[in-house]
Amino acid sequence: MKYLLSERNKAKLTKLLVGKTFTDGLIYRFVIYTLLVSFSYIYLYPLLFMVVNSVKSVDDLINPGVQWIPTSIQIENYIRAFQVLNLPDSIIDSTSYVLKVSVAVTLSSALIGYGFARYEFPFKKLFFAFMLATFILPSQVTMVANMLIFRNLNIISTEWSMLLPAMTGQGINAAIYILIFYTFYRTIPKILIESAEVDGAGQFKTFTRIVLPLAIPSFVIVFLFSFVWYWNESYITGLYVGGRATLPLWLQAFRSSYETLFPPGTAGAELNESILLAGNILTILPLLIIYFFGQKLFTQSIDRTGITGE
Amino acid sequence: MKKIISFLKPIGMTMKGYLEFIGLKYQKHVQPIFDKIGHALTHNFILRVKDNQLTLFGFIRLKVTRKTRHALYGYVFISLWMVGFAIFTLYPLVYSFYLSFHEAYYNLQTGVQTTFVGMNNYINILRSATLVPLFTNYIGKILIAVPLIIVFSVVIAVLVNMPIKNKGLWRSIFFLPVIISTGPVINELNAQNAIALPSIQDSEVYQYILTSLPPLLSDPLLTVINSMLLILWYAGIPILIFIAGLQKIDPSLYEAAAMDGASPWMRFFKITLPSIVPFMGISIVYIVVSMSLYVEPGGILDLTRIHMLVGSPDSGFWFGYGYAAAIAWIYFLVMVIIILIFTRLVAERKQKGVL
Repeated sequence: MKYLLSERNKAKLTKLLVGKTFTDGLIYRFVIYTLLVSFSYIYLYPLLFMVVNSVKSVDDLINPGVQWIPTSIQIENYIRAFQVLNLPDSIIDSTSYVLKVSVAVTLSSALIGYGFARYEFPFKKLFFAFMLATFILPSQVTMVANMLIFRNLNIISTEWSMLLPAMTGQGINAAIYILIFYTFYRTIPKILIESAEVDGAGQFKTFTRIVLPLAIPSFVIVFLFSFVWYWNESYITGLYVGGRATLPLWLQAFRSSYETLFPPGTAGAELNESILLAGNILTILPLLIIYFFGQKLFTQSIDRTGITGE
Repeated sequence: MKKIISFLKPIGMTMKGYLEFIGLKYQKHVQPIFDKIGHALTHNFILRVKDNQLTLFGFIRLKVTRKTRHALYGYVFISLWMVGFAIFTLYPLVYSFYLSFHEAYYNLQTGVQTTFVGMNNYINILRSATLVPLFTNYIGKILIAVPLIIVFSVVIAVLVNMPIKNKGLWRSIFFLPVIISTGPVINELNAQNAIALPSIQDSEVYQYILTSLPPLLSDPLLTVINSMLLILWYAGIPILIFIAGLQKIDPSLYEAAAMDGASPWMRFFKITLPSIVPFMGISIVYIVVSMSLYVEPGGILDLTRIHMLVGSPDSGFWFGYGYAAAIAWIYFLVMVIIILIFTRLVAERKQKGVL
């Protein structure tokens, strides 16, 4: 004991715990990791809650002694949620719809971003400011009139009522996508584009042959984001396209469609929280899979919007 | 196989022959017409192009320089946006402003019928017993939540930016909510009480707020407490913004400060914080917008839709398109004012150099 706490070992111990500059000691590390773990627990709590409670049986739900570890795993919940959400069909429908819209918004913002980044024209700053301002404009302000426009165009309750705004750069969060492309195009050296011009390529040929291949990473990021955000948008989609266009909208109608599938009164047919949560998990599962493979692209996105100012 | 090829070959040959024939005919007969049309389009009384000289109506002479050509191409590229902006944003904006001063109902046979009512819609909203508490609650909630989210995301960003292992993993965890936070899922979590801090509702503070404070104060406070986790979920993108900002700081600054004897706290307050203040404005805009766009069942945005769509003309609870437009406009204005207040706050601090 005495030997352990000799002067030399004491110095070693303090160096280990506190470090040379305090920021490289063990204590400091310990504090940081504890903070990170506890913050991420807070962050992931709703997700954990969903996963755990979705496999609980009715008895486990009622029992206050069972919180994190269910006594039995009820796959039945998922089977029911699968049926209620009409799953194989609804997921194909909503994926095809979201794919169309997000491809449209990606292509249109690529074009528009190029116009803003490459050329100088009168009122450019004004238009650019308007474009950015559309980001803070809630769609609820314009929806009253948009409903009437879509009605007159006879495209209400069809996919076109989302596709047309997406094609013209007015889709959900389109300002961010245009900004991402704009920032990227500004980083392409002008010499490259001018040399293509000197070699006789027209403006559109330069765009398609030189600029687009370079912009593929931006395309991927914008596409992923628009896919996720269009998938998650349920208010406007439900209003314009219709009640059952995407999987989250199926989830919104979960209770009523459950009652038609399993009429109340039949044995064991009561809807419980576990089945609802199983439906939630099934709804976000496609996005979780996308996120699992593309997380780097998502987390790098902010650097690409250029709001940090290069 | 050989049979098939020998069968297809003559067909292919004849096809090729036809195509060649058509191509020759096209070159000989059709192309000159297009050339002439093109020539006529650029050499007529209205428009005449010679080298880089553009003549309009015979007397307006314009030089087509590189600059004007570029401007033209710029407009071509953004024309898509200009058309969309005019149809789907600007016109609806003006029209819904117009509607907000009218009583408007939609009728399948006759379309929209409007009668001018002046400021009545706005006055009715300000008198409404359901909407006014919702608005004060919304304002209070955002005023409390934004500083909370900003502080939280700065802390997380600083933590993740430290020399730790598996940076990518931590980043992914804190960005995850952006991916999965869709309206119906959040509503379900809300219904099952899974977005409050666990067991906060039994605490003394909670009970004190519930019983002792006036509803104007306690309602937003309780909303924030009850949906604390959800509110922290909005930090996903601000965290990334701040991390990007932190990475711009020159590490030698920290070294120099450490040499001069600055403690970690001082380094944080004198170097780290001032250099990420510029990013607070954009974070605030993002937070306020994304919080405002969340549609709560029974909230303001939900009521907007209900007033617009649900109900029959003889119902006393149906106020129609004009009322819905007025709600949306008030909502938008409140949102813009909140954004302005917060961004001004951040900007002024930067000028004085307090932070």
